[in-house]
Amino acid sequence: MARGAVAARPSESEWRSVPRKVIRGGRLLKAAIFLASLIPAAWLLWAALTGHLSANPLSDVTNETGIWTLRFLCITLSVTPLRRLTGWNGVIRFRRMIGLFAFFYGTLHLLTYVILDRFAGLDFPNGIVAWRTVRDLTISVGKDVYERPFITLGFAAFMSMVPLAATSTAGMLRRLGGRNWQLLHRLVYVTAIAGVIHYWWGVKADVQRPLAYAVVVGLLLAFRMVWARGYFRAAAPKGRRVAASNPDRQPWGSGAVEAVKNAEPREP
Amino acid sequence: MLIKRPADIRSSEITDKKLYLNRRDFVRTAAGTAVAAATGVLGAEAFLRAAEPAVHGRKLANVQKSPFSTTEKLNTWEEITTYNNYYEFGTDKESPSMLSRNFKTEPWTVAVDGECNKKAVYHLEDVLKGQVLEDRIYRHRCVEAWSMVIPWVGFPLANFIKRCEPTSNAKFVEFTTMYDPAQMPGTRLPPAFGGLHWPYVEGLRMDEAMNPLAILGVGLYGEVLPNQDGAPFRLVVPWKYGFKSIKSIVKIRFVEKQPLNTWQDQAANEYGFYSNVNPDVNHPRWSQATERRIGEFFKRKTLMFNGYGAQVASMYAGMDLKKNY
Repeated sequence: MARGAVAARPSESEWRSVPRKVIRGGRLLKAAIFLASLIPAAWLLWAALTGHLSANPLSDVTNETGIWTLRFLCITLSVTPLRRLTGWNGVIRFRRMIGLFAFFYGTLHLLTYVILDRFAGLDFPNGIVAWRTVRDLTISVGKDVYERPFITLGFAAFMSMVPLAATSTAGMLRRLGGRNWQLLHRLVYVTAIAGVIHYWWGVKADVQRPLAYAVVVGLLLAFRMVWARGYFRAAAPKGRRVAASNPDRQPWGSGAVEAVKNAEPREP
Repeated sequence: MLIKRPADIRSSEITDKKLYLNRRDFVRTAAGTAVAAATGVLGAEAFLRAAEPAVHGRKLANVQKSPFSTTEKLNTWEEITTYNNYYEFGTDKESPSMLSRNFKTEPWTVAVDGECNKKAVYHLEDVLKGQVLEDRIYRHRCVEAWSMVIPWVGFPLANFIKRCEPTSNAKFVEFTTMYDPAQMPGTRLPPAFGGLHWPYVEGLRMDEAMNPLAILGVGLYGEVLPNQDGAPFRLVVPWKYGFKSIKSIVKIRFVEKQPLNTWQDQAANEYGFYSNVNPDVNHPRWSQATERRIGEFFKRKTLMFNGYGAQVASMYAGMDLKKNY
């Protein structure tokens, strides 16, 4: 599990001990991942504006943002297994950002649902810009969340991401303390499971895609259970075992430094 | 008291290291396979789906106007031929436009069977012979809460039924879609993954089938039907959810018992036999009170019987439509 896996900012002296080249390389990679994570949103916007979506673009935007949320959740959940299996501790630096992108796409997904599905279905007896609209929209969303199980789950999945995003800063980590922070952030497992079921319940008949996400999320969570029982540890690559073999011993917050030190350039 | 403890694990019980490693390999292989399969599905999904509007087909001659047509703004050819639910050609809306391109609709035969005097297999040309084709501009309401306005070309189902001379035992009409896995990739989806039970079957009560609004469709926008829209021969029942309007019909059977239609067979709690458009009866997973007309931002209120109450409501007088959804 996500032990010692905290992207806290290292102190000045810790930074100085890291070779310049490594830091610069890590930052470049991070910037690249940041930009890459924006591509789906940019593509969706472009496609929607230029008529490259289907005849029902509003439904496409809703679906695509939801699917990208799931994808980013899966990528976030892959960080720890990837780190454990390869010994590449540097990867941990990207987890917060990727997790926040899951939240970003989740927010877009919720917004598209609220606007394109709920708002667009209101009556507007007093015109669009009216208190009545705010009230009706709140009731409409609330009723939907209450009445439709698949919306309930989707909403729950989103809400479970809010505290994680809110406590994603180094300051919040310090305030909460490592152990509490880590416990709280296990909520992401709930997010992923609720997200997959939300997707599953939303499709009409063909469950291939929700099933694929269920498999991925299931494997990522299963890995953690198996890892906790020490199954893979002996199999971890030699020489890189130091950080991976006993994560409990790592002091909180040093993960990032450890990560930067380990981030020697690798072939893709 | 002597408490006997079992000895330490006997050496014979210790898993041989080789087996132990094998098991690890097995777990890895299984996990790897699952990952590969999942990646395959997800990777295929990521490709930009390039839906293509149907190429224009042969113009149909002597098409009459109909008083049943609505004057609402039509959906475009592109919308009607790229946004289709036709699961035989895949479950994405765009799939039928891409995967039905080479579907063979000529020659086409229709088998007439069951409680009638004219049981036979007819060539489609013979079915159409003598029928006056009409433009029928209908609202089309999908059970998924979207709608279109579609200029169909067809002729009353009642005219066809009369020719078949149904007997007094004929209480329902059952329709069957072509089932050809070689041509219809969507039918290869196993039921475990949500595949429907093929062939696709639909049914109407006899009075519904005889209603003047029910037509057998052969065209769109004055041209022969594009494949993705159910060519060459389909049903159109505009007061019911779209899935009742069965496509590419190869068999029409007159029966005494209510047929089990495909979607009811798939999920009886969600889809019934009647499936009349009804804003007051929600789908268990979504509301049917409103709908999005394709091309519009704000949703519309869904109309009872899709706005065709004047022609069809009397058939359901006294029926509990909440129960008979």
